[in-house]
Amino acid sequence: MIAELGAFALTLGLVFSIAQAALSAAARMRRSTVLAAAGEGAALAAFVGVALAFAALIHAFVTSDFSVANVAANSHTEKPMLYKVAGAWGSHEGSMLLWCLALTGYGAAAALLGRSLPRGLRAVMVSVQGGLGTVFLAYTVFASNPLARLASPPVEGRSLNPLLQDPALAIHPPFLYAGYVGMSVVFSLAVAALIEGRVDAAWARWVRPWALAAWSLLTVGITLGSFWAYYELGWGGWWFWDPVENASFMPWLVAAALLHSAIVTEKRGALAGWTVFLGLAAFSFSMLGAFLVRSGVLTSVHAFAVDPKRGVLLLIILGVTCGSAFALFAWRAPKLGQGGLFAPVSRESALVLNNILLAAATATVLLGTLYPLIREAMTGESISVGPPYFNLTFTPLMAGLLILLPAGPLLAWKRGDAWGVAQRLWVAVLVALAAGLAAYALVSPRKAFGAAGLAVGAWLIAGVVAELVERTRAFRAPAAESWRRLVALPRGAWGMTLAHLGLGVFVLGACYETGWKAEAAETLSRGGSLNVGGYHLVLDQVGDVDGPNYEAERALIHATRAGRPVCTAEPERRFYPAGGQTTSEVAICYRGLSHLYVVLGERRDKAGAPVWLVRAYWNPWATLLFFGPVIMGLGGLVSLSDRRLRLGVARRREQPA
Amino acid sequence: MSWLPKSPKARRRLTLVAAIAPVLILAVALTLWGLGDSVSFFYTPSQAAKARPPAGRSIQLGGLVAQGSVVKHPDGQVEFNVRDQASVDKVVFQGDLPDLFREGQGVVAVGAFRGDGVFEAKRVLAKHDERYMPRELTKALKAQGEWRGDGATPAYAQPASDKGGS
Repeated sequence: MIAELGAFALTLGLVFSIAQAALSAAARMRRSTVLAAAGEGAALAAFVGVALAFAALIHAFVTSDFSVANVAANSHTEKPMLYKVAGAWGSHEGSMLLWCLALTGYGAAAALLGRSLPRGLRAVMVSVQGGLGTVFLAYTVFASNPLARLASPPVEGRSLNPLLQDPALAIHPPFLYAGYVGMSVVFSLAVAALIEGRVDAAWARWVRPWALAAWSLLTVGITLGSFWAYYELGWGGWWFWDPVENASFMPWLVAAALLHSAIVTEKRGALAGWTVFLGLAAFSFSMLGAFLVRSGVLTSVHAFAVDPKRGVLLLIILGVTCGSAFALFAWRAPKLGQGGLFAPVSRESALVLNNILLAAATATVLLGTLYPLIREAMTGESISVGPPYFNLTFTPLMAGLLILLPAGPLLAWKRGDAWGVAQRLWVAVLVALAAGLAAYALVSPRKAFGAAGLAVGAWLIAGVVAELVERTRAFRAPAAESWRRLVALPRGAWGMTLAHLGLGVFVLGACYETGWKAEAAETLSRGGSLNVGGYHLVLDQVGDVDGPNYEAERALIHATRAGRPVCTAEPERRFYPAGGQTTSEVAICYRGLSHLYVVLGERRDKAGAPVWLVRAYWNPWATLLFFGPVIMGLGGLVSLSDRRLRLGVARRREQPA
Repeated sequence: MSWLPKSPKARRRLTLVAAIAPVLILAVALTLWGLGDSVSFFYTPSQAAKARPPAGRSIQLGGLVAQGSVVKHPDGQVEFNVRDQASVDKVVFQGDLPDLFREGQGVVAVGAFRGDGVFEAKRVLAKHDERYMPRELTKALKAQGEWRGDGATPAYAQPASDKGGS
């Protein structure tokens, strides 16, 4: 009964989305505030409908109602409660419902918080958001209904893939989707701006908090997903340039570019067309991601079950939505007008360069992700594009961006002083050089690339400090004045500082980990040992344990360093009878910022005695890989708490000095 | 600097072009270079026999693990045969097989042929749940008429005894 009510609520959500699109469009044409209010009410109602449907789906999962096809295919009575709830978005159908929930939620939020926007712009935005909701809800209702019943329900479900039974994986989709779909508001605002034919500082100030919120959530979502891949897949790596990872990374890159170009549009009125373009592109990449993950056209460890029919439908949605948006852009963009002038050396130019590098990097990732499809369509050959391609193309572009980054915030608007910036950054240059040389000389084995990477990380962090010193006039003004200036810094400035700092922390971790990680694999009998990264690991014993829905072998592996005990790792190898699957449960010993990462492999027999394949990795500073992006996401949220950047605030205010 | 255009607008445009052009050239050059060098081809054993990839060139070899061919040495080395309908290749792999590796099921081995024709795998990918199979492999099996739907095994790969794999 509840499932039927949920399905009905979902259909109501679709109807209200259609009403939202139609009423708001009519409101714009007739300039009617009554119709506009009705459209906004419909946006709210659509969200309530989808939220009820989502609640019904979670209810079906929690009560293990196997008469619902989606539950039968993805849940099991023995599954722990967290994964029953998470099972609601662990499947294709459920994740589309989560997408619709986020989409209508953002629609309702934009309608409610849009009071300060010009009426016409606001009505068009709500209408476009309603149109997006209509398309995706129609797809969900007609092509992938998560609440569809089975004619003959099974007694027991099929269980969720055990690789997916993990807290990080259970909670990362909501973050990811809140980020992905948050770009829809930016998209709607961009379309509205094109239709209204006006992009000004108020528009940019309104778009930036939505982009900030979406980008911050996406940052957290990607980080959680990457952390999951790191400890759950047991491959010792944290980023694989997998098509599905790229699908979430591309909107992130575009949103990062958008955040920077929107500043130029807000402060100087320039780059209006480009900012609008990025607003369209960010959500287009989100939709491309949804298509890539579900279509089965790309091989990926993360992809949902293969179903080409749905892939084609999503491709049509993608083509029509993006196609019409970009066509509108081509038609209307020339009318958006030119902004202020700026010299070749200026804050504007720095941000333009930032955008060019981010856009070029996005393009290389896009091409690498889609090239196998293009190549196969043209020649029929199956190929895959792996990490070497991305390392070769993406890394140099990003390196350029990172090296230029600290100079940007120090440049003045309109006309900057390159020599002055150089003078302010010479300490940071020395810090970076010292860090690089120290890494090269002191860390063994010597690695030039790794050392250069660490120098870049140090450069970023020192650059952030130099910028703070500049803003607070530390060491030049009295300490009390510097302190006063530091405390008075706007939250937006703190947000930028944190985001750039987080990037520096991430770069340090990525370069140290990639350059100096160590790996060892040995077949060990009880009492056997292996060495990795200066640690001596001894396999003490292997015993059986029972989990809620699995049986496991658990090893006790004692690690010592220079004869002193360090920790005991307890990796597991689990068997899930419901799906007949085996997974490895990695053990990680946290050693400061570094990780000792131990995987228990398969049991084999050697002369009648059992032996186990044990793999161990030494991942130096791996914590920074995940901690850095968290600081970045936090920076976004701190910016969002700035009075001038709060969601829904777009009044013209004088900039405090 | 008299060669610069007089109008500020034109100057700004020139600056933009001067900034964009080198980045674009760099990106395009890197992309072409990267795509030329680091793509890896997917072959089934019979396609590999026809294409003859040179020894040492990284490729992906996909097919079914032949029944009874898996030999696990205590030192961690694994040998098995990957086959399709027409051809068989011997694969050696040092390390931990994926958790879902079974005889009679589809795998993709990433690595290169050695001079003696044995395929040395750096990584072995198996389908990661009962519904997933590498797409290239699904297609190749379908093309050879060996596709029996998800989860089914081709006739020649049916186990003689009922004990399927390790």
